[in-house]
Amino acid sequence: MSLLSIDHLYYWVIVILLMLGMYSMIAKPNLLKKLAGLSIFQSAIFLFYISLGKQTGGTAPIIAPGYDTYANPLPHVLMLTAIVVGVATVALGYALIIRIRDAYDSMEEDQIREQDDQA
Amino acid sequence: MIENHMTIMLVVLPMLAAPLIALLPSKNLSWGLAILTATLQLYLAVNVLLDVQGGTAIHYELGGWAPPWGISYRLDSLNGLMALLVCLINFVCLLYAKASIEAEIPGRKLGLFYATWQLVVTGLLGIVLTGDIFNLFVFLEISSLSTYALIGMGRQRQALMAAFQYLLSGTLGASFFLIGVGLCYAATGTLNMQDLASQIGQSDQPMTLYSGFAFLFTGLLLKAAIYPLHAWLPNVYQFSPQAVSALLSATSTKVALYVVVRCLLDVFGVEFSLSRLFADLLLLAGSLAILFGSLRAIQQTDLKRLLAYSSIAQLGYSVVGLGLLTVTGLSGALVHLFNHGITKAALFMGAGMLALGPGTTLLTRLAGGTHRPWLLLLFLTGGLSLIGFPGTVGFISKWMLALAAIEQGHWWLLVVILLGSLLAILYVWKFIETLYFVPQNPPETSTGPVPGRGMWLACGLLCLAIVYFGLDTRFTLGVAMDAARQLLGVHP
Repeated sequence: MSLLSIDHLYYWVIVILLMLGMYSMIAKPNLLKKLAGLSIFQSAIFLFYISLGKQTGGTAPIIAPGYDTYANPLPHVLMLTAIVVGVATVALGYALIIRIRDAYDSMEEDQIREQDDQA
Repeated sequence: MIENHMTIMLVVLPMLAAPLIALLPSKNLSWGLAILTATLQLYLAVNVLLDVQGGTAIHYELGGWAPPWGISYRLDSLNGLMALLVCLINFVCLLYAKASIEAEIPGRKLGLFYATWQLVVTGLLGIVLTGDIFNLFVFLEISSLSTYALIGMGRQRQALMAAFQYLLSGTLGASFFLIGVGLCYAATGTLNMQDLASQIGQSDQPMTLYSGFAFLFTGLLLKAAIYPLHAWLPNVYQFSPQAVSALLSATSTKVALYVVVRCLLDVFGVEFSLSRLFADLLLLAGSLAILFGSLRAIQQTDLKRLLAYSSIAQLGYSVVGLGLLTVTGLSGALVHLFNHGITKAALFMGAGMLALGPGTTLLTRLAGGTHRPWLLLLFLTGGLSLIGFPGTVGFISKWMLALAAIEQGHWWLLVVILLGSLLAILYVWKFIETLYFVPQNPPETSTGPVPGRGMWLACGLLCLAIVYFGLDTRFTLGVAMDAARQLLGVHP
């Protein structure tokens, strides 16, 4: 079965990380854990892109005698941008959590909902 | 010289203005620079749209790097119309924002507020104009991140949770989009939309492309709040600052839906993406959105939340038009994005003016607003447009959609469209009745801040636009028809 071959191992790692991240975003009531899940989810996407550019035996794309396979640098460069976006997202998320904790004195989604329903 | 760069100026202007606005010492100066930028942008948007009328397109290569290596911007009727919508709404909302925001946000934060606002506009225009699909992702995140920050500035503490929830689902949507882009890149080796379009037909890896397609559209439909992926929307619209609700309701979901249209019809192409199954799914999702959104809107007790659910329903109309896949249906869908944008912005502005005094938009608290009779005119114009009454913009788009449904012989769809309008009558009547015909228990001595002149001007402009574009459809419908013909490859 080609899907289970060792060539696809990194895809499986990526899929498992994606699922872990999404599970924690959906199922955990704690806001910090939700954000950690989001971070894992995004990191899995970075890994996915990086694996796209990988060539077996490839080197950095600099023309030099003796080397003729190069890794594709474009997906790697794209991920630099995506990492910056990811950092900004998580930072904004933490900033919001700090303000939520100030306003509700809690970081648990169910407790926050309770307070909103009572109001 | 400068004419050649008009397209890019639309995006660069607000990006440059943002840090300047944050640094300016007074809130009036910040606002002044913001409105100056918005006026220039509006002028540019009208100009570029006139340039591309009749089916030509403007190409712009960033830094002179030719695609597919460099990033190129491409402007045709479709994104010309969307750019005009964003610039118009940005201008009107900024006019409105001055008095409205000063009542909601402490003065020292106003500079940052306007700066963040400019970043939202940068992102939205970038999404609309870019011809590179990864660049689109970056702009999507620029506009989303700044949007979360704006929402978090809402007066009630629920705004924070709304912003956080939107951050989670918005980032999830954008990440799905990113996975889709990655898979498409793996199959074709390009990120330029036009290059992608030509490569997709020849690719020998259809499975990779199909999965890329699935990820891409799941993400986009989440960002566009298409039923059943709409859960983040009501809280966001309800708890945002008033001017932000107006801006978002008219632009953000519309721009996301624009990307859906662009990717479906331009990048993937009709043959690849719209097998009958996917088109039928769109019809189904759109119809459910119309019915669900309208029914939920009727149950709401908060004016802004009611309008938010009505937005979900109205987005359904555009999805239905897209699923019909005919020139009439698609041009109806596109013109509806524009028409509903100005209608909903006007209504959210009206809600914001009512909320100035009591600081809430609960319908019971707003009852008996007879001391502001001019607002009734606004709510009537906007409400009639939501229903689709002749003489307003809402009529034009619904008429086109109904025509398209009849053309295709989808009688059940015609029933859904009419039922949607009937339900709209119910929820529009609900808020007009509460606002103007229910006597208020303790007669309110209006002590709150009075709506500023800018707010009245903004509302007046939008009301005029609703009626004007409802009577003279040559411009909006003409551009939408051009765009629909180009997208579907039909020659007049």
